[in-house]
Amino acid sequence: MLGEGILKGMLETAKNFAGSYVSKERMVTVEYPEERAPLPEASRNFPFLVYDGKDWEAGLRCVACQICEKECPPKCIYIDKSADKKPDAVGKPQFYPTRFDIDISVCMSCQICVEVCPFEAIKMDKEFELATDDRFGGLLLDRQQLARSNEYYHQIHPVEAAEVDTRLAEERAAAEAKAKAAAEAAAAKAAAAKAAAEAKGAAEPKPADKPKPPAGGGA
Amino acid sequence: MARTLDQIFILFKDWIVSFLPSSLQPVAGVILGVIGILAVFPTLFALTTVFERKGLARMQNRLGPNRVGPFGFLQPIADGIKALTKEDVVPFSADNFVHFLAPLVLVVAVFMGFAILPVGRNMQLVDMDAGLLFFFAMGASTEISIFMAGWSSRNKYSLLGAMRAVAQMISYEIPLLLSSIAVVMITGSLSLPKIVAAQAGYTGIWPHWYVFTPWGFGAFLMFAVAAMAETNRTPFDLPEGESELVAGYFTEYSGFKFALFFLGEYLGMFSISGIAVTLFLGGWAAPFSFLTWVPSWIWFFAKVMTAIFVFIWVRGTLPRVRQDQLMNFAWKFVLPYTLLVLFVTALWRFMGEGWERWVVCSAILIVAYVIMGRLQMSRRKFAPRSYRYAE
Repeated sequence: MLGEGILKGMLETAKNFAGSYVSKERMVTVEYPEERAPLPEASRNFPFLVYDGKDWEAGLRCVACQICEKECPPKCIYIDKSADKKPDAVGKPQFYPTRFDIDISVCMSCQICVEVCPFEAIKMDKEFELATDDRFGGLLLDRQQLARSNEYYHQIHPVEAAEVDTRLAEERAAAEAKAKAAAEAAAAKAAAAKAAAEAKGAAEPKPADKPKPPAGGGA
Repeated sequence: MARTLDQIFILFKDWIVSFLPSSLQPVAGVILGVIGILAVFPTLFALTTVFERKGLARMQNRLGPNRVGPFGFLQPIADGIKALTKEDVVPFSADNFVHFLAPLVLVVAVFMGFAILPVGRNMQLVDMDAGLLFFFAMGASTEISIFMAGWSSRNKYSLLGAMRAVAQMISYEIPLLLSSIAVVMITGSLSLPKIVAAQAGYTGIWPHWYVFTPWGFGAFLMFAVAAMAETNRTPFDLPEGESELVAGYFTEYSGFKFALFFLGEYLGMFSISGIAVTLFLGGWAAPFSFLTWVPSWIWFFAKVMTAIFVFIWVRGTLPRVRQDQLMNFAWKFVLPYTLLVLFVTALWRFMGEGWERWVVCSAILIVAYVIMGRLQMSRRKFAPRSYRYAE
């Protein structure tokens, strides 16, 4: 009959109208500034620099190798390499960036800088409320603005950060083990050489035929 | 006490007027009434805009405005400030004078309609013998303002919207008038207080409203459809279809003139709901005999707001119709059916008291409704649309 469909439709809207006051599932609105939907683990926006420890300047993992700067497709990373070396978080002397700027108005969030970084020093952030009234200065982030602690990284990407940490720990352990082995080998070599020299010296001293001194680090 | 509360506004007016010399009293009384109308209905309009947005939102499982003030109820104030402070842009090639005049003509004509509306016992500004006629005359003159707006803007969308509006309003004015003539045929009067008085009285607890008679129900349905078209509400909002005409005849209006059009449109809704309430729903009378102690103006406004809610409800449900569907519906269904309602009304009038007239009148109307509905629907062809000129 004519009008049947209209009545059916009006019943449906009435159901929605009444239901929206009763059932919570119907109201899918997230009132954004007050409420936030959780971001997915893999969400990413712009890169940040990871530092270990408490002090951002001392703990930056970046060694200013400039690979990311060269790989960046839109060329939005600007790095100045330091002249001197500073001990990094592990205590090893390394170069460090005296300037590390990312122009987020140019950055296209491709994550290539993260993928090429051999030091796990640059990662993607989830922060997206970056609006500013300064179009040029406000969108060019310097290294202090980019620096985020490793704990923060754990907070925003827990799975990925845990994986990175185990890998770093393994690498460090391997390096230490290697260093230790090398040191032992060097020590053994030195001892052997010393013993040989002593034996030789006892028999017949011959300075020209002396064995080479053992290399210091065993690198 | 109930009596005092019922007449409180009248008493208040008389009290204020009594301070003036007797030569000024009639004028002052009218001015006070006008102030009342100018204060109450725009306030209702402001509230309705919020309620409409919130109601529509709820129908779509959204929240609606909730930012300005508690539950977003200060939203109309913010909107008003925005409209007042906005730049008033007039197109270079527009007819300046007519462009300026159009929103004023609309608002004035719509406000004139409220003059004869009985919003409570003894509460109408002018008690005209031909009040209904006056109302429809004023309602019809809103069309000219719409055409003025569309024509003077010198914009194709405005003009299209205005042409649609005029075509639609003229088509639907006929059923609107004819369906209200059914009421006039029974009461024998064009005076709205008399029409309300004719519906007074109760059988048991049930009121004698015209909507509860077969002819009254048919006429009310047709009146509601025509009123919806007349006020340019969805599903008949072709003249201002946002998606096709960019707001139609008021495309070229901005700032406060736009707000005036908005106001005029909602005031038109109020006045036509008020007329529908007066003609078919007993005016300011209580819906049950045991509720007559509630002041009459509360009942009137409750009924009007219910009607407005139905307007909003329909808007939340139905999509916009096409122009040919609109015209077909007006001329092939609403108009013949309204004529039939007139015939049935006459039959009702002359069949005398008794149950026979209930059966005969209901049967005629229902059978006609079903047959006409079938005919309308059977003519619909479901086939892939063919484009004669585009291919």
